[in-house]
Amino acid sequence: MEFERREAPFLAPTTDVAAIMRHVLYALVPAGIAYVWYFGAGFVFNLIVAGVFCILGEAVMLRLRGRPVEVTLIDFSALVTAALLAFAMPALTPWWVTATAALFGIVVAKHLYGGLGYNLFNPAMVGYVVVLIAFPLHMNLWIAPRMGDLDYQILTIAETAVFTLTGSFPDSLSFDAISRATPLDIVKSGLNNMRTFDELRVYPMMGDFGGRGWEWIGNFTAMGGAWLLLRKIIRWQIPFGVLTGLLIPSTIMYFLVPSISPSPGFHLFSGGTILCAFFIATDPVSAATSDKGRLIYGIGIGLLIFAIREWGSYADGVAFAVLLMNMAVPTIDYLTKPHIVGHPTKKRKSGQ
Amino acid sequence: MSSGAATYDLGNLHGGLRLDDEKAASTAIAVQVLPIPQQLILPIQQHVGEPAHPIVGIGEHVLKGQLIAQADGSLSAPVHASSSGKVLAIEPWPVSRRRGDSAPCIVIECDGEDQSIVPVDAPAPFNTLTPDALRQQILAGGIVGLGGAVFPTGQKLMQAATMPLEYLILNGVECEPYISCDDLLMREQAAEVLGGAQILMHALNVTSCFVVIESDKPEAIAAIGEAMATLDDARITLKQIPTIYPSGGEDQLVQLVTNREVPSGGLPTDVGCVVQNVGTAAAIYRWICEGEPLISRITTVSGPGVATPMNVVARIGTTVGDIIASAGGYTDQAEQLIIGGPMCGKSVTTDDVPLVKATNCILVLNQTRPIGAEQPCIRCGECATVCPIQLLPQQLFWHASADNENKLRAHGLTDCIECGCCDLVCPSHIPLTASFRNAKARIQELADEKARAERARIRFESRNERIENEKRQREAELAEQKQSALSAGPAAITDILERQKRKHDDQDGDE
Repeated sequence: MEFERREAPFLAPTTDVAAIMRHVLYALVPAGIAYVWYFGAGFVFNLIVAGVFCILGEAVMLRLRGRPVEVTLIDFSALVTAALLAFAMPALTPWWVTATAALFGIVVAKHLYGGLGYNLFNPAMVGYVVVLIAFPLHMNLWIAPRMGDLDYQILTIAETAVFTLTGSFPDSLSFDAISRATPLDIVKSGLNNMRTFDELRVYPMMGDFGGRGWEWIGNFTAMGGAWLLLRKIIRWQIPFGVLTGLLIPSTIMYFLVPSISPSPGFHLFSGGTILCAFFIATDPVSAATSDKGRLIYGIGIGLLIFAIREWGSYADGVAFAVLLMNMAVPTIDYLTKPHIVGHPTKKRKSGQ
Repeated sequence: MSSGAATYDLGNLHGGLRLDDEKAASTAIAVQVLPIPQQLILPIQQHVGEPAHPIVGIGEHVLKGQLIAQADGSLSAPVHASSSGKVLAIEPWPVSRRRGDSAPCIVIECDGEDQSIVPVDAPAPFNTLTPDALRQQILAGGIVGLGGAVFPTGQKLMQAATMPLEYLILNGVECEPYISCDDLLMREQAAEVLGGAQILMHALNVTSCFVVIESDKPEAIAAIGEAMATLDDARITLKQIPTIYPSGGEDQLVQLVTNREVPSGGLPTDVGCVVQNVGTAAAIYRWICEGEPLISRITTVSGPGVATPMNVVARIGTTVGDIIASAGGYTDQAEQLIIGGPMCGKSVTTDDVPLVKATNCILVLNQTRPIGAEQPCIRCGECATVCPIQLLPQQLFWHASADNENKLRAHGLTDCIECGCCDLVCPSHIPLTASFRNAKARIQELADEKARAERARIRFESRNERIENEKRQREAELAEQKQSALSAGPAAITDILERQKRKHDDQDGDE
């Protein structure tokens, strides 16, 4: 009998890129539902816009680069970028803002660097930062979360759709009536105006830890993250690093100068902390690769988030922190090469 | 299980995989002894090192156990006839080997009588021999490492004897899926395994031996435990280890059992250990105590492409096709034929290849890994997480693609044991292990080339030196002649001048 020649190992691989990306998308579902519950249908529109433009950008770039379009499109990585962008965007965002972020992330940050696997920077965060700088007005427009005891005006799906398409409200609505400062903005401007954190935390918007609505979105995000950890899609080092990097300095500051320091709980549940720890910083392509390197990478992101929130001019610092640490990845990788079994250790070397 | 208390005090092994063991099918029945085949194909090289040198002629009648090719060179092992019959040919035949598809083989047509060569005299008890004589004797039996590395055991022991040794480790860890020949060997021939351990301890002058078995082999553990109780040799202890692939690798086993790292490029003897496969130990016992050289072995025939998976005792040289036929033949799922296990084995294109000393498994698989469905590396790092050597396969792959030899060395390419763990977990389906094998071969080629160039340089330089020396010698002679002429006075000078003039005239005359 004649057979074909192959190379060992002969067992089938246990996973594939598309499966990993699909898992990440599934893990975001609870957070997405929570997001829609608190901030309305805008999230869904953002997701659709980001999804369409990410896939479009990916398809066009693959075609231009002469790569097989169908094979790569079904790896779902563009959709993960789209989903992360949708979470980062305010619930009410005109479509062109989201589209700009999506196209910039996919075309410039991903494909101009060589496509999946070669991008130095997290595409979603690059796209987000570009529109944060280019469209500051729209990017700071947050509506109030759904809360029983607070005067807020919920937008209908039609009103949300109109705003997404045109960037303006129907005549009956004014911007002031529906927009609210985010908890991070409240704290930032409040502390800048010499108010104490204790005064600020009684605001109804502030919730128990990190803001009404935000806390619960954070919980559901963490739930998805825990599932990814269990499925071993992500490893513990990066989330642990991000959270400790942020929580340790914020706890120290909270005990040293409680009047002007937001609580660790506030840092944890406000803004994009949890999303960053489990979904953004864990993007393997732009993260460090070794276990030790990932811990350092995560801690660096946590520290930078703290530093930007504490001393920077932006209320949240997640995107900048991630991009700054992306830059440090080659160095981290170089410095954290694991000890190869059987090679002399540093201790043994110096002993000789 | 008196002296065979299970212990778990283990060193750390990084990474590894828990694979589905797939061993139930082949361990369901006892080891089957196969009939003598019509033809035996005996490669003259079934071991690491130099091929053996055939000492039989075509047409010659040979007996079972007769030496037909003797060890040749400093690293080599002899080959014995596995049954009696007539030598038909000595010719290239398809074999499973690391490089190339065929190798010179001695083809024997069996007469079916299986007539044994009469031993000159009954083997002396092994402990009457000196360790050195015992090591020589082991070499003469054609014994090689049966775990797959097929290093000539005699020479391995001779090298080991030059080092300070502490432990003999008998490797009963069979971590690759499907393979169960060592498991069945320990279940059925535990006394021979332990007898081999005693011989090895004598040959090595060590007083401590671990028999290491994975905890998912309770029958083997029980059998070895019972045999230990019967033998009552306090020097031998049984160790259980958890089932993680590739804990059965020699260096990995040393690390697990003794918590010592075998230095890069070194041997277990560098940390005081000698590792022998349990099959090798049993083969040594049969040779030293019963006079039968290595002419048969247990091998696992398994996989979805085999009708009745089982373990068989087959004569070395039986073709794989014959063995599979004895196991009920192929099923319609047979798509790939592999000699060895599904992680480290080698696929062959034909079942004409013979069973050799190294063949611990004949595997017929149905699944085929998708080829060419490779995607870019997403740096997920899973490969590094599972690497038992703590290499960074993704970085190695990058440098292998760029053919950057220095970086490959710095990242430990030569330390890669080609276990295949990284391939299995790679979500981008990159053939990492194959790329490392190729890169190693290329580096080896470069090194060979460099060595050739170095030899050429030395030849060139010594030639230059020779020419230079000759020149210097001529000059010295001339100077000496001149000196002697000067010292001989003017008459002599005139004489020389005359001679030269004559010579000159002669030459003119010739023209």
